[in-house]
Amino acid sequence: MTSSKQALAQTAPSADAAPGDQPGAARRAHGRGTPPPGTSSWRSRLYRWDMKASPYAFIAPFFIVFGAFGLVPLLYTAWYSLHNVQLSGLDHQTWVGLDNYQNLLSSEFFWNALENTFTIGVISTVPQLVMAIGIAHLLNYRLRGSTVWRVVMLTPYATSVAAATLVFTLLYSWDGGMINWLLHFVGVDPINWRESDWGGQFAVSSIVIWRWTGYNALIYLAAMQAIPTDLYESAALDGAGRWQQFRHVTVPMLRPTILFTVVVSTIGATQLFGEPLLFGGVSGSKGGSAHQYQTLGLYMYDQGWGIGNLGKASAIAWTMFLILLIVAAINLLITRRLRKSQ
Amino acid sequence: MTTSELTLPEAKGSRADGGRSGRRRMLGAGKQLHAGPVTYVVLTVLALVSLAPLLWTAIAASRNNERLAQTPPPLWFGGNLFKNLQTAWDQAGLGTAMVNSVIVAGTITFGTVLFSTLAGFAFAKLRFRFSSTLLLLTIGTMMIPPQLAVVPLYLWMSDLGWSNQLQTVILPTLVSAFGTFFMRQYLVQALPTELIEAARVDGASSLRVVWHVVFPAARPAMAVLGLLTFVMAWNDFLWPIIALNQQNPTVQVALNGLGTGYIPDQSVIMAGALLGTLPLLIAFILFGKQIVGGIMQGAIKG
Repeated sequence: MTSSKQALAQTAPSADAAPGDQPGAARRAHGRGTPPPGTSSWRSRLYRWDMKASPYAFIAPFFIVFGAFGLVPLLYTAWYSLHNVQLSGLDHQTWVGLDNYQNLLSSEFFWNALENTFTIGVISTVPQLVMAIGIAHLLNYRLRGSTVWRVVMLTPYATSVAAATLVFTLLYSWDGGMINWLLHFVGVDPINWRESDWGGQFAVSSIVIWRWTGYNALIYLAAMQAIPTDLYESAALDGAGRWQQFRHVTVPMLRPTILFTVVVSTIGATQLFGEPLLFGGVSGSKGGSAHQYQTLGLYMYDQGWGIGNLGKASAIAWTMFLILLIVAAINLLITRRLRKSQ
Repeated sequence: MTTSELTLPEAKGSRADGGRSGRRRMLGAGKQLHAGPVTYVVLTVLALVSLAPLLWTAIAASRNNERLAQTPPPLWFGGNLFKNLQTAWDQAGLGTAMVNSVIVAGTITFGTVLFSTLAGFAFAKLRFRFSSTLLLLTIGTMMIPPQLAVVPLYLWMSDLGWSNQLQTVILPTLVSAFGTFFMRQYLVQALPTELIEAARVDGASSLRVVWHVVFPAARPAMAVLGLLTFVMAWNDFLWPIIALNQQNPTVQVALNGLGTGYIPDQSVIMAGALLGTLPLLIAFILFGKQIVGGIMQGAIKG
């Protein structure tokens, strides 16, 4: 991965590099640590040691903190998922083997949460990404105040899950809510969003869509701006209209970016938690009075800190991770297929 | 929303940049057609959809609970805004929460930017054994959901007697795989290798190189990463609501408390939501351009 600047560096004399360069020291160092001439041997040894050890010292903080708070807990979670761990008696951890997992697979609430996660994931991700491509296309025109448009589209991303959900909950409220009031103008009876099955899922998805569409639009916009203009020009010479150019130049060139956003959105959808928790109000951790929008993340939280069964919560966490890996593998296979078919 | 109806009569390639032809390897090399009126209309509608919920939060926060339960809902400001903000600040604990969130998000931002720059520099410019494997590992960690760590973290926290203390929320998020990768991508192209070599020839130690060469070169990306990290840390939800309670909350924990109903007054809840979002809105007004740029840079994988 050499950039053009690095390629230049191979030929450029190093004397133009740094101010304060001593004229005698204009030898190439090749990054392997030739010590400056005229130093004592312990200094050159120290210098060589510095060259060897410093890269590891620079990456150490990341790996130490991530190891301690990410990797080790991940293994511990696997360990706890094979034990009975209760919030009420943290010191009494007994081995139960795969009981937690069996328990999980025979629980209707688990399957309900899996289904809800999938449904809400699809109805929040697909429209979001389709709209994001459309918005990116619009933002790609030469606009007056283009930066302002971009910042405005990104504003929902700055709104936290909690704040956004509290506002949308009020907008969706059964009596006196803005959305039911607007619906009555088009002759639709008020909908009990919080209690109904599809209504709650739709409402939760709309919060996700509102928060993330602008963010994804900017990612697509960045990719669109990197598409060489001559591709469009040659397409135009071949007589392709605007819509055909969009379909046959823009969308294929965006394919890697689309895959990237699909993966990131999938990871996000699998972990969906805050929106349904707050939308449910008092019965939040149940995901509504009939668990109608209880997602896997919410189910784990409810089992662990609502009911107090941390062993089972650990099993749910690992199951979520396995589902993510399966989804990622499917994504990879689809991409390979698409590449081969071209 | 189809884009087919947005056909425009302009000719292609009317570039207004002084006719510098050739492929510019930077952003903005896409087709630069002037937007027509239809585009502006559609964008205006989308901008309203983006901003309306926030504007309405302010409207609802300026009313009272009775008014919010009536139909039609209020469409303009009432006179209770400052009263409700005061109530949210004092009684709903948003005051303490704001201070806590500033401490938490500030510390996380500082740590993430520092450690990401160091690690990003090592991955971008230094040769060491296993570097590509370790970089792949770093990117791979982005796949791991936070749910996988919270049970052990919770148990350790209880053992240490750290329940409800801010360091519990700060420590696990003090580094970032995304940040490390982001800084690496930036430094690969922004930091000339000959600068490092020249400093080496002068016999500068690694720390001197970092201080005098790497940090100055990385400064723009550090600012952008800092902004993005602050937004993420301020809005972090899952681990804080497990680790902290209403005695010592961050803003998100306090809002979660409001949502689960120990203050039944909707106008105060809206005032709380407004307060909790305000610092980020101000950041957006001041640094929106940099934040947008950061997200767009992060999207282009080198």
